[in-house]
Amino acid sequence: MTSNVDIRDLSISFGEGPAAVKVLPGVTFSVEAGECFGLVGESGSGKSTVLRCISMLTDFWQGSITVGGRDIRQIPRLERCRLLQMVFQDPYGSLHPRQSVRTTLSEPLKIHGLDDHEGRMRRVIRDVGLTADFIDRFPHQMSGGQRQRIAIARALILEPSLLLLDEPTSALDVSVQAEILNLLVRLREERGLTYIMVTHDLAVVDHMCDRFAVMLHGEVTEVLPRTAIDGNHATHPYARELIGASLEYEGAL
Amino acid sequence: MEKPVLDVRNLAIRYGGASRDAVRGVSFTLGRERLGIVGESGSGKSTVGRAILKLLPSAQITADRMQFEDIDLLKASERDMLKIRGRRMSMILQDPKYSLNPIQRVGRQVAETYMRHFPATKAEARQKTLAMLEAVKIRDPERVHDLYPHEISGGMGQRVMIAMMLLAEPDLVIADEPTSALDVTVRLQVLEILNGLVRDRGIGLIMISHDLNLVRNFCDRVLIMFDGQVVETLNAHELDRAQHPYTRGLLAAQPRIGDRRKMLSVLDRRPEWSQEIAQ
Repeated sequence: MTSNVDIRDLSISFGEGPAAVKVLPGVTFSVEAGECFGLVGESGSGKSTVLRCISMLTDFWQGSITVGGRDIRQIPRLERCRLLQMVFQDPYGSLHPRQSVRTTLSEPLKIHGLDDHEGRMRRVIRDVGLTADFIDRFPHQMSGGQRQRIAIARALILEPSLLLLDEPTSALDVSVQAEILNLLVRLREERGLTYIMVTHDLAVVDHMCDRFAVMLHGEVTEVLPRTAIDGNHATHPYARELIGASLEYEGAL
Repeated sequence: MEKPVLDVRNLAIRYGGASRDAVRGVSFTLGRERLGIVGESGSGKSTVGRAILKLLPSAQITADRMQFEDIDLLKASERDMLKIRGRRMSMILQDPKYSLNPIQRVGRQVAETYMRHFPATKAEARQKTLAMLEAVKIRDPERVHDLYPHEISGGMGQRVMIAMMLLAEPDLVIADEPTSALDVTVRLQVLEILNGLVRDRGIGLIMISHDLNLVRNFCDRVLIMFDGQVVETLNAHELDRAQHPYTRGLLAAQPRIGDRRKMLSVLDRRPEWSQEIAQ
């Protein structure tokens, strides 16, 4: 099963009355089923907020979000959790320090009343490139890369078709980042997953994504194919500046 | 060759209660140049930076030589260090959000450095502060002077930290991941300011980073650290010609814009890299 995502006029304000701040003035973009779509832009541009709106972690937005043609608000919560899952930036923060991998992974299985807990856990642990003995470890007994693998396993155990990735490798060393990116590429090939990936690293976008949106102050300035990065084929001035800075930083000019 | 700013020979650092040295056999000299120290988390790069400033009270620091200009750092007492730290050598930390005092206006924090090291009235310190905020390209320094840290952006916070350090005109600056918390566009601006310091004021700069692109484009020389030891020293523009398998592994693991998409190569850590490296 694959899911396309369609976002129309998504807007959200924080605060009330005259103090309300409109964070996303009106975001519109579509992601095809099986695509890896990047969201880039500087901190505070609203990238993560878009992911939080899609996942309904933040639910007081206006506009429309459909996944697989269905309005996300109309999908019951249990079903929604099996449709989409999120992987967060920092595995040091996103895993409960007092819970073993077993507890972390079996909780969603219990909530959803699924059978064969042990078998599902073993399969997902193997899918993320770890061995079954990790099931009884705690977060502090693992390296950063191993923890991020567990965070991905937690997202995968309900077999969603859409993964929302919020800077999944920016807290990791470059050598560990390579392992996690390879893992994400392989999982997408094997399962036909759709990814929406927030990142600030255009080299990661170029490596992973098919298309990407450049955000500035909550607005999508431009949606570009990955091929627009090398040689800087953006037309919007901010997108050009961002790509230009990344190329300069990487010394590719 | 001109006299080096810093000369370190065979530095070893062991944290209190640890069974082995966190850093072993590290030697380098620093002139009026930009020296990068790269490595993964846990490789000991920040520990080296802190040891130079003697900011590791619980750790045991040994070395054959640790000479900073006319000062033997191995013999310097804490009393001596108080006069050296911030005045003659300074550190810039990663995240201004955590290194600035959240309940004090930024201007006052910058001025404090000046008042601490030079006899000056508050008015003089204020003048110096405003001039320095301007020097790090903060527009409207009068306004920023009276803001609290939460009211300024990350890039501006990092510039405030640089201004604070610059006021005392140090000869050696240790920058520990100074741009990791910043967006790529802001990153280039902060690097340009640091670059100007080395060029115009002739300071020695040690840049601690995990970012190979940064040291490649910004530094003159690079030390590559693995498991507490320097495995290789290279001129930054020759980084692509690195010989050590660890350095080559790090370079290959990095996705690059315009590369053909293939599996990223994954570092295969070898136990022999951790063995003592012959001096």
